[in-house]
Amino acid sequence: MTSRIPLAMYPTGQTCRICDVCAGKGLKRRLMEMGLTPESIIQPLGCNRGSFLVLVNGTRYALGRGMANKIIVEPVYGEVPQFG
Amino acid sequence: MAEKIKVAVAGNPNVGKTTIFNALTGARQKVGNWPGVTVEKKEGTKKHKDHILEIVDLPGTYSLTAYSADEVVARDYILEEKPDVVVQVLDSTNLERNLYLTSQLLEMGTNLVLALNMSDRAETRGDDIDIRRLESLLGVSAIKTAANEGRGINALLDSIVNKTESNPPLPHEIGYGGRVEENICALEEILGSDRELSKNYPSRWMAVKLLEGDENALSKLSSSSIEGKVQNFLSDLDHEEYEVEMADKRYEFIGTLLPQVCTTCAEDVSPSDMVDKVITNKYLGIPIFLTLMWGMFELTFAFATPFMELIDMFFGWLAAAVTSNIETVWLASLLGDGIVAGVGSVLLFVPNIFILFFVIALLESSGYMARAAFIMDRLMYTMGLQGKSFIPMLTGFGCSVPAIMATRTLEDEKDRLITMLVTPFMSCGARLPVYILLAGTFFSRQAGSVIFGLYVLGILVAIVSAKLFRTFIAKGQPSPFIMELPPYTRPSLKDSLQHMWNQGYLYLRKVGTIIVGGVVLIWLLAYFPQGADYGSADSLIGSLGKLIEPLVAPLGFDWKIAVALVFGFVAKEIVVGSLGTLYGTGEGEALSSALVADPGFTPAIALGLMVFTLLYVPCIGAVAVIKKETGSWKWMFFQAAYSTAVAWILALVTIGVGNIVL
Repeated sequence: MTSRIPLAMYPTGQTCRICDVCAGKGLKRRLMEMGLTPESIIQPLGCNRGSFLVLVNGTRYALGRGMANKIIVEPVYGEVPQFG
Repeated sequence: MAEKIKVAVAGNPNVGKTTIFNALTGARQKVGNWPGVTVEKKEGTKKHKDHILEIVDLPGTYSLTAYSADEVVARDYILEEKPDVVVQVLDSTNLERNLYLTSQLLEMGTNLVLALNMSDRAETRGDDIDIRRLESLLGVSAIKTAANEGRGINALLDSIVNKTESNPPLPHEIGYGGRVEENICALEEILGSDRELSKNYPSRWMAVKLLEGDENALSKLSSSSIEGKVQNFLSDLDHEEYEVEMADKRYEFIGTLLPQVCTTCAEDVSPSDMVDKVITNKYLGIPIFLTLMWGMFELTFAFATPFMELIDMFFGWLAAAVTSNIETVWLASLLGDGIVAGVGSVLLFVPNIFILFFVIALLESSGYMARAAFIMDRLMYTMGLQGKSFIPMLTGFGCSVPAIMATRTLEDEKDRLITMLVTPFMSCGARLPVYILLAGTFFSRQAGSVIFGLYVLGILVAIVSAKLFRTFIAKGQPSPFIMELPPYTRPSLKDSLQHMWNQGYLYLRKVGTIIVGGVVLIWLLAYFPQGADYGSADSLIGSLGKLIEPLVAPLGFDWKIAVALVFGFVAKEIVVGSLGTLYGTGEGEALSSALVADPGFTPAIALGLMVFTLLYVPCIGAVAVIKKETGSWKWMFFQAAYSTAVAWILALVTIGVGNIVL
C-alpha cells in the first residue's frame, strides 16, 4: 500500500519522493520550472517553525508551510516511513 | 570600422550571472531602468577584436513565461530588441533545470551562446560535460566558465563574436506530440496570415505561448487583424491541461539530451550542511540574524569615522576659504552658508553609505540573504506576508527605491502591494545622516545602540502595518512560499565593490542634483527678504516655518525642524542639510554644538525627530516609485498619509516617554 501524504506531515528528516502537487496549474508549472519536477527525491535538511529546508535535484529550497502542504509525497521505494 | 553587437545575458537566479556580466563588461556599467517598468537595467560595453559589444543584463529568471514582472522584461527585451546574441549563463552542477530556460530561448529563435558557469565546481565533483556534443545537439555555442576565477571569459567573448558571423540559427523545435502539435499547427496557420505579426514574433513560439494561456502573449495580438480568430480558437481549449503537459515535454527533451552530453554527471550532491544547520536553527536563527545586523551597523561606523573626519576637515577649510576670500556678501553667504554647509553636511555621510552598500552586497552574494528570508518566513507568515517579502525589505536598508522595485519577484498581487506599502519603513541609507548627527550629538556613548534601535523600530512598524493591511485591506492568505537557496559562496570582493560603486554613485548623483537644488532653495528662502537676519524667524523660510509649526508643535518641534522635515520630503538627508543651513553653522562639530546650545532641542526632541524622520512620508523618489509600481494614485496617497500619521503618533509617544526618562 502506498501512503501519499503532504510533505508538511511527512516525518521530518526522512527522504521521500514528489508524486503530485495539489495546486492550480500555474503553480504546478512554476515548481517544475524551478526544478521541482514530479518523481524528484526530496531530502529534508531542516525545519524551522513550520518552514522546511529541502534538497531536491542538488538544489536547496526553502518552503513555507503552505507550500509543504501542497506537495504530496510518497516514501521512496523500499522504505517505510517511520512515524513518531 | 568597429561593428556593434547587441548582447543580452540571461540565466536562472543564482548561477553567477552578475559575475559573468561584470567580467564581460569590466567596470564600465550604466545602471538605469527598463522602459515602462522600474526594474533595474544594467548595461555595459566591451571592445573585443574590432567589435563593440553592447551588453545588457537581463533579470534572472527560471523561465520565460509571463509569471512575474521579471520574466516579462527579459522576454520582451529578446522579442522587441532582437539582440544579435543571447548569452545564457548556466549552473554546470544543475544542468537539467538550467536547460529548461535554454529550451525556451531556443524556441524563441535566439542566437544562443551557453556559458556553462561554475564548471570548476562541476569538475571537482567529477562531472564530465561534453560541450562539443551539446553544441551540435542544440545548434548553439557553449563555453565552460568559472567566472569567480575569471576562467573562460575570453573564450566567451570570442564565441559571441564568432556567433554573429555564423549562419543564423534554425529555430529549434521541441516535439510536443499528438494533439498539442495539431493545435500549434492550426494556430501557426492563423498567425501566418498576418504578415506584420509573423515578422515581429516567431509564429511557432507565439502559438506555443498562446496554447499555454499566456495573457501577455495574447495582448501582443491586440491590434492585429486576427485577434478575434485566435480568441475564438482558444476559447474551446483548456489551457491548464496544456501548460503542464508542455512543461513535461520540455523536461522529457532535456532528459533525452542530458545522458548524451554528460555521462558521469552526478545525480545528487551532498553539500556540507553544518553551516545551514546552525544559521537556520529554530532557536539560533533570529539571534544570529540580529547580531549580524547589529555588527553591520557597528562596522559601518567604525570604518567610516576616519573618512568622515577627513571630509569634515575639508569642508571646514572650504567654508572658511569661501567666506574669507569672497567679498560680495550675498555670494559668500550663498556659497558658504548655503551650498558648502548644506551639501557638506550630506556629503559627510558618503563613507557610511558606501560601507553600508558594501556590507549589504557581501551579505547578498554570500547567500545569507536567502537564509534570512527562510528564518523570517514563520514570523512574516503570522504577520500576513511570506518569507520572500523579507528580501525587498532588507534591500530597503540601502534605499527604498530599488527595494520597492525588488518586490517584482513576488508573484502574488496582494503580497506585492503590502510589501510595497511597508518597505519604506525599513530605514534607508538616506535617513542615516539624520541619526548620526542627532544620536552622535545627544547620545554620544550610546549612539550605536540608539541607531540600532531605530532600525529595529522600523522593522517592527513594517511588520505590524503588514498585519493591519492584511486584516483590513488586502484580505486573504499570503501565497505559498518557495525560494531557492543559493549555495554559500565566498563573496567576491570585486563584485561587491562594483555593487557598492553602482549604488553609491546614484547617491552621489543625488547629492549633486536634488540636494544641491534643495539647499539652494532653502538658502534663498532663508536669505530673503532683504533686511531680515539670515535664517531668522523674519526670513521667508521663517514665515513658512511658522505657518506649519502648529502641525508639529504638539510634538515640541519648532519651526526650524518643521522646515527641515518639509524639505526632507525631497530627500531625507536634507533634514540634516537644512538644519546645517538654518543654523548657519555648516556641518559636523559646529552644527552639533549649535544644536546642543539650542534650549529647545532636548535629547527627547532629538529622539522624537529621529523617530519621525524614520517613519514619515518617504522621499519623493520612493513615493514616485510606489505610484509607478502600484499603478495607482490611491495607494500612493494612502502610503504617504498612513506613514505620516504613524510617525506623528510614535514621535509623540517617544517624546513623552523621553521627557520622563531622559
